[in-house]
Amino acid sequence: MSQVKRPISHRQREARSGWIFVSIWVIGFLLFSLVPLVQTFVFSLNAVTVTATGISMDFVQMANYSRALLTDPTFVELLIGYVIETAISVPIVLIFSMIIALLLNLKFKFKGFFRTIFFLPVVITSGPVIQELTAQGATKVAGLADSATIEVLLRELPNALRAPVQYLLSSFILILWFSGVQILIYLSSLQKIDRSVYEAAAIDGANAWESFWKITLPALQTTTLINAFYTIVTLSHFSENKVIKYVYSQTYAVQGGIGYASAMSFIYLLALVVILAVITLALSYSARKSR
Amino acid sequence: MDNVKTFYESRLKSFLFGNREDYGLIVKVMLYLLLIAIGFVYLYPLLFMFVTSMKSPQDLLNSMIQWVPSEFYVGNYTKAFRVLNYPINFLISAFVAIVPSLLQAGVASLVGWGLARYRFRGKNLIFVLLMATFIIPAQTTVIPQMLAYKSLGLLGNVFSLVIPALFGQGYRSAIFVLIFYQSFSTFPKALEEAARLDGASEKEIFLKIAVPSAVPAFIVSIIFSIVWYWNETYLTSIFLSGGVSTLPMQLSKFVQAYENLYPPGMVNIFDRLNEAVKLSGTFLNILPLLIMYFVLQKWFVESVERTGLTGE
Repeated sequence: MSQVKRPISHRQREARSGWIFVSIWVIGFLLFSLVPLVQTFVFSLNAVTVTATGISMDFVQMANYSRALLTDPTFVELLIGYVIETAISVPIVLIFSMIIALLLNLKFKFKGFFRTIFFLPVVITSGPVIQELTAQGATKVAGLADSATIEVLLRELPNALRAPVQYLLSSFILILWFSGVQILIYLSSLQKIDRSVYEAAAIDGANAWESFWKITLPALQTTTLINAFYTIVTLSHFSENKVIKYVYSQTYAVQGGIGYASAMSFIYLLALVVILAVITLALSYSARKSR
Repeated sequence: MDNVKTFYESRLKSFLFGNREDYGLIVKVMLYLLLIAIGFVYLYPLLFMFVTSMKSPQDLLNSMIQWVPSEFYVGNYTKAFRVLNYPINFLISAFVAIVPSLLQAGVASLVGWGLARYRFRGKNLIFVLLMATFIIPAQTTVIPQMLAYKSLGLLGNVFSLVIPALFGQGYRSAIFVLIFYQSFSTFPKALEEAARLDGASEKEIFLKIAVPSAVPAFIVSIIFSIVWYWNETYLTSIFLSGGVSTLPMQLSKFVQAYENLYPPGMVNIFDRLNEAVKLSGTFLNILPLLIMYFVLQKWFVESVERTGLTGE
């Protein structure tokens, strides 16, 4: 490179250095995210067959999409199940992690010990481990999920409600296990709330209950949104997720193939984005109302 | 006399119900009961797994034995150890977890520094794309990558997991970029300016000033990354298919692997596959992470505070 010094402003030099630092990520994004994403989309519009030398594609327009949504009963059923399970799990995770964080924010002995327990699942939740634990019945609320009373109760429920309740009973502990990181995030936000606000409220005659609704909860609004995002994404990417398992099995299936699996992944991505958008809207709406 | 009585009464009252400095006995007892109860529910699957894994085949059949096995039995573990092909698969798991994690942390620190300290156009776009990489499920990007690795002959090779990490596109890379971004955002500008006046290059500022200041961010990123890579099975099972296998992958084909070693028709009834052996395998699977967790627990549970991840 020639060493001719062009007059270059401080601002430009700064921008150039910045781009140099992020360039490796930008290259990576193009190579490992954008290009594969576009390719997957192209696959989803084709019937893809794997041959000895590579793959051959046959353009079929939206056939894969219409097959997934209109003729494949399994996929639609699993997708609806996924939306329902997410809608049940996310509030549970959020409320539970907030309660635990509020408890851990109190002053008492052995706090570190309890923190260690509540964070432990984060370290060990992998697909096969969860699958093994579920298969051996270790994740049920002991004695509750299969007691006779519950069974009678389940039979009385309408069909639409039965599946969610069953899901809740059989994997209650599992849902709680996804709360570890969220507890930490809530806890650190709680610690940032100024103590003097509570003292001022107490002097004005507010009790603990009122302070919680008027001070703590509004202060946790952004954190709740972050946690909701994190929870939804973690649950949706989890390798034991039924939709993901189905898409995976279809990738290698003779009937399905790469094209069909790609179309289903795009529908799944769309569902995930819609869920995230709904949650964002709902939480920011409730934030505006409470203000 | 009355004074004394009310004095003790109020002492008793504040002992039980608390006062401004203290919660009082009743609140405390309830708090501990609640925490212990939730803690038990939380740990129940692990306790169940551990106890069951110590049961001999006779204990499993004995319905009287629930929580205390009748003898100290490690036979399940020796079997699971063999079925998992533990030493070799442990090393592969460790490699697959550690190498991408180190690379990922290094790249994330570069990108986080670039985003936190320099003003340039397109920065907001990069943040949006970062969020996108966090949200987009692997399913929508993995097939073309797999085909590419296949044509390069890298399928089944651990490097197919290392290369994306090298470009900041590893598993959950976006979170680590944000950790470093947060950590570098609070770094005093004056230090950087002083170094620049002394003639330090951008590279030197990053390596000699920024990196040493971000040691907590590095530690947190690396340990979380190791845990997540260790537990990740979707990408590993696709990219390593037909090649080596990690411990979680081996666990997911446990039944098949067991029957290869102990063919069902050939062994006596007590050597058949039972839940105790399966749960021993599960326990062996998470054991390295448990050890790591208890050694480094402070770093895990204080990670959010130490890196300021939630921001202001």
